[in-house]
Amino acid sequence: MPEIIRGRTVMPDDWQVLRPDATAPLAAGELPAGKVIVPLAPWLASAESFVARGDVAVWLAGTDEPGQIAPWLGRLPLVAVDFPRFTDGRGYSIAYLLRSRFGWRGELRAIGDVLPDQLFYMHRVGFDAFAVRPDRSLATALEALHAFSDAYQGSWDQAAPAFRRKARAWPESPGQDSIRLRQQA
Amino acid sequence: MYRYDTIDRTLVNERVAQYRDQLARHLRGELSEDEFRPLRLQNGLYIQRYAPMLRVAIPYGLLSATQLRTLAHIAREYDRGYAHFTTRQNIQYNWPRLEDTADILADLASVEMHAIQTSGNCVRNITADEFAGIAPDELVDPRPLAEIMRQWSTFHPEFAFLPRKFKIAVNGAVEDRAATAFHDIGLTVLRKVGGELGVSVLVGGGMGRTPIIGHVIRDFLPFRHALTYVEAILRVYNRHGRRDNIYKARIKILVKALGPDEFARQVEVEWQHVKDGPGTLTLEELERVSAYFPLPGYESLPDVDATHERLLAEGAAFARWVGRSVRGHRTPGYRAVVLSLKKTGVAPGDATAAQMDRVADWSERFGFDEIRVSHEQNLILSDVRVSDLHTLWEEARVAGLATPNIGLLTDIIACPGGDFCSLANAKSIPIAEAIQRRFDDLDYLHDIGELNINISGCMNSCGHHHAGHIGILGVDKDGEEWYQVSVGGADGSRAGRGRSAIGKVIGPSFKAEAMPDVISTLIDTYLDVREDGERFIDSVERLGHAPFKARVYATETKAVALDA
Repeated sequence: MPEIIRGRTVMPDDWQVLRPDATAPLAAGELPAGKVIVPLAPWLASAESFVARGDVAVWLAGTDEPGQIAPWLGRLPLVAVDFPRFTDGRGYSIAYLLRSRFGWRGELRAIGDVLPDQLFYMHRVGFDAFAVRPDRSLATALEALHAFSDAYQGSWDQAAPAFRRKARAWPESPGQDSIRLRQQA
Repeated sequence: MYRYDTIDRTLVNERVAQYRDQLARHLRGELSEDEFRPLRLQNGLYIQRYAPMLRVAIPYGLLSATQLRTLAHIAREYDRGYAHFTTRQNIQYNWPRLEDTADILADLASVEMHAIQTSGNCVRNITADEFAGIAPDELVDPRPLAEIMRQWSTFHPEFAFLPRKFKIAVNGAVEDRAATAFHDIGLTVLRKVGGELGVSVLVGGGMGRTPIIGHVIRDFLPFRHALTYVEAILRVYNRHGRRDNIYKARIKILVKALGPDEFARQVEVEWQHVKDGPGTLTLEELERVSAYFPLPGYESLPDVDATHERLLAEGAAFARWVGRSVRGHRTPGYRAVVLSLKKTGVAPGDATAAQMDRVADWSERFGFDEIRVSHEQNLILSDVRVSDLHTLWEEARVAGLATPNIGLLTDIIACPGGDFCSLANAKSIPIAEAIQRRFDDLDYLHDIGELNINISGCMNSCGHHHAGHIGILGVDKDGEEWYQVSVGGADGSRAGRGRSAIGKVIGPSFKAEAMPDVISTLIDTYLDVREDGERFIDSVERLGHAPFKARVYATETKAVALDA
């Protein structure tokens, strides 16, 4: 079974991502057996029955509007956001919006071209599950989650920027250097 | 100037460690070149024509003596003894070894510097007025906001993979010396009548293939909202900017496609969600950062120094240098001095390690340990006593840093071009040098007066050719290097009477060897038509580009001009 990073742990994963032509509607009966994550358009077309099944989740593409799944967020097993290429950063904003604007508290999974060095930023904007590309090291990915121990700006993981969280004292009164220099001169 | 506290130091050190690991994985073959590229770019590392190129950030162009000495040390230790100051107030090393780059970043971190986000599709180094804090026409010091923006944008998790690069400039003076209108976001810090501090917000300016003057979408935004509003702009851009075509991916294309009003409306809608949220700036934070930019311990001096006046009267060469290089200061008895990196025969913006060391020394002897880098690619000593100017001039002459050409034709802005850059279509440096040699007569140069010539080796416009009074763009035609010439560009500074304008191409391109003649013809035309006190750019504005075009193409029989 494939493995995934969930939280900060590697675990087996039995969700299957369906990538059909996103424009073609997909009836509930056509889904393969087991847990599946389907694209937004076909998911919306059968949302009520998918939600009732309980083992159908949805994934969002960069062009999708996250607000469209808002009415069902209380009843979804997980939400995934796709990264068609790791340089396509739309998924970061979508994740941030799902968390902070639409209140999604369940699993938020990064899928697609997910590489270890992306995980720190992904975690900050709200992802808590990472379907790292199968040819990459999960151990490296786990380490990369901890690349930085602090951050300047707020995001989902920590809404308050550094200037609201910490008393940021200066290491040395900066005016003193120049005054001293001038006095020496 | 700003000093690192624990957070700054921790983040920069962790960045060095992260990059060192990424580099090691790449060298071991665990990270393909395609995957390593965006990571190394966000640490300023390009792979160029002959070698890697490392671009180091100089936030809003401000350096201490120690930092400049470290830049010199890096040039000596890891490079070939020189480096190149850029139009975005950065410095570039042309010959580092890939294997050394993590060590270079560690050396930089030791003096509170980095190469973070100096390339890649992210928020780049924040630039600002190089005379911030000392200019007589300053309304609000832009540096605290620039530093606050630097911190906000550093490792912003949501905006590290934007559709394209993103450049923010901050100005706080009457004159726009930061070319704000040509930026993705141009912020102008200002005070309302009554004293309320705020910013005006311009978006969607830029150069490149589609040069556009940005649009102001907010005349006055209270200061506390600066970060959340910029966040809203970035979020709209990150989600809706084009990613299908690299040439249409900048925010200016999105703003143009939607129209500035609709873009502003979308930003407003997004902003309503984050407005007054935790990202709202606090007065405490503004005060904390502002305190890093105190007035240095100025002495109380008369503004006129008798000895200086006598030396001015006695020495024409000194007076000429003072006329071009010495700028007004808001503190009596002090001046800002522009050290020219535009000596003929040296690539514009290049400085040797020895020169950097000298400048660092001067900043301590003749100032308060502070150096600025201008977007015109010169260095500035910010607080020189009037009585020290002559000594400084004598030493700067010896060091090759006192060419009296600031703001004149030979003060050419140029990118490294085809001699170094793998993106370039054509060379920039030899064109700059040929033009400088043509105009090496100082009397003639001073008679021609203020004039910006800007040269870019390709459409990426690192040499700001669109904003040059005369702009030169290298183009490739069937494997040959050609040069397209435009006139009438202006960067928003006093040199163009405050206008921001995109230069107009005069016609078909020229071969490299024709360029000095082409420039000569443009200048001859100007000298014939100029009215009293009119500068080149004023004549172009009054007459349009037609007379310049007509004369160039009538005269240029030697130039084999192809269709543009």
